[in-house]
Amino acid sequence: MSTETKVRVIPAPNINPESQPYWDAAAKSKLLFKHCKACGKNHFYPRSLCPFCYSDQTEWKEASGKGVIYSHSTMRRAPEPYTLAYVTLAEGPRMLTNIVDCDFDKLKIGMPVHVVFKPSKEGALVPVWSPD
Amino acid sequence: MSIKGKAYIMGAYEHPTRKAPDKSIPQIHAEAAKGALADAGLTKDDIDGYFCAGDAPGLGPLSMADYMGLTKLKHLDSTDVGGSSYILHVAHAAEAIAAGKCSIALVTLAGKPLTSPTPRAAIPTAPDASFESTAGIVVANSYGMCAMRHMHEYGTTSEQLAWIKVAASHHAQYNEHAFLRDVVTVEQVVNSPMISDPLHRLDCCVITDGGGALIVTSPDVAKSLKRPLVKVIGAGEAPKGQAGGETDLTYSGARWSGPIAFAEAGVKPSDIKYASIYDSFTITVLMQIEDLGFCEKGKGGKFVSDGNLISGVGKLPFNTDGGGLCNNHPANRGGITKVIEAVRQLRGEAHPKVQVKNCDVALAHGTGGSLGVRHGSATLIMERA
Repeated sequence: MSTETKVRVIPAPNINPESQPYWDAAAKSKLLFKHCKACGKNHFYPRSLCPFCYSDQTEWKEASGKGVIYSHSTMRRAPEPYTLAYVTLAEGPRMLTNIVDCDFDKLKIGMPVHVVFKPSKEGALVPVWSPD
Repeated sequence: MSIKGKAYIMGAYEHPTRKAPDKSIPQIHAEAAKGALADAGLTKDDIDGYFCAGDAPGLGPLSMADYMGLTKLKHLDSTDVGGSSYILHVAHAAEAIAAGKCSIALVTLAGKPLTSPTPRAAIPTAPDASFESTAGIVVANSYGMCAMRHMHEYGTTSEQLAWIKVAASHHAQYNEHAFLRDVVTVEQVVNSPMISDPLHRLDCCVITDGGGALIVTSPDVAKSLKRPLVKVIGAGEAPKGQAGGETDLTYSGARWSGPIAFAEAGVKPSDIKYASIYDSFTITVLMQIEDLGFCEKGKGGKFVSDGNLISGVGKLPFNTDGGGLCNNHPANRGGITKVIEAVRQLRGEAHPKVQVKNCDVALAHGTGGSLGVRHGSATLIMERA
């Protein structure tokens, strides 16, 4: 079944001082996550204080852009159906996101995906994922 | 200190409306409060503690206390953990009563999502909003991801999930106020339109206007009233989120709130004669049943099948009012109706066709917020005294 009908318009992201570097990087088609220099763990969504050890010694790192689908659900009761998913980044943390440019009916848990950047309503690029 | 035996639920009232274009939300709160007071045999000027959550319009307890003319209040609590708030409020009321802060507490809920729907707008200042507000999270796809992962990990099927709705519909046929009263089959559930994979339309709860209220009192007050005594014997609460990206969708916060409540009550899952289990979706019920210890993790699909949740048929009679799946989900928040039906069962006042025999210990459990993202779990265990 072809699902290449109308594509959902991604709403503009909601940017604040803490998330500004993430969206500045997204504008250059780079996906960032946070690494904690104190405990060595990666986390997502990114915070200034590490959610594991509460250190403020966190740093932005660029993700490889590789991942696998942890779970997914395609909303059928929308003017333009779309897929909500958690993707497990190659770097470890899971990211709540969308899967795009795909046949919704062929998506599977464990499927390898890669990050792509799509323009949102007001133009800002948003990181989403697509099957390899 | 424990709350075991420190408070009793002496008033419980479910507003009969399911569609209220002619009423305001504060009005439904007040009508529900009046119903619960009449049930308990008390008046509004007896109330010295008031509990409400995010559905209370205006500035929560301040606006509603003023509207309802509650002038004797000494204790307020507006903890909001979504639909599970009112289960948690009973526990918080018991704590306040045990601490001597109040002796007669009122809990109210009301809303009109059917006739005056307001979009669940993302809160722009929420800490996750900067990273997640573009993704289109609504309720059904959040719970859909949980169901999809549960199916992947444990082999749970749509037919097994459907049995939860089938059981609820068997109960709802006897409830004259239920929004949906038709008994449905597994085939009807799995053949209903897909909403968000793998959840079908009949895997989802109803959207109804309505409300409810509870009266929680001290033991002294309880024993002065003429109603059956429903004693609070244990409670637990826990939030669960994404754990910094170590997200695990296979279980709910019931894994933590349940054992706290069972330990306080001094009972085991096998002692529970009736369970009100939050049923925003069929998958919500299945995960909570596992996490509360009614069956082994991953075996929920088998446990709920073949009518095992139907009163008089199965081992765990659940949601004998028809639950959120068939009866009522006022304000898109089902916690208060979970406590109300448990109280009916413990009093022996459930519909005769669904009344559990010798119902001496009951449980009410809720999941508020969004199961696949961030949710609050609340467990309450009650005993007929």
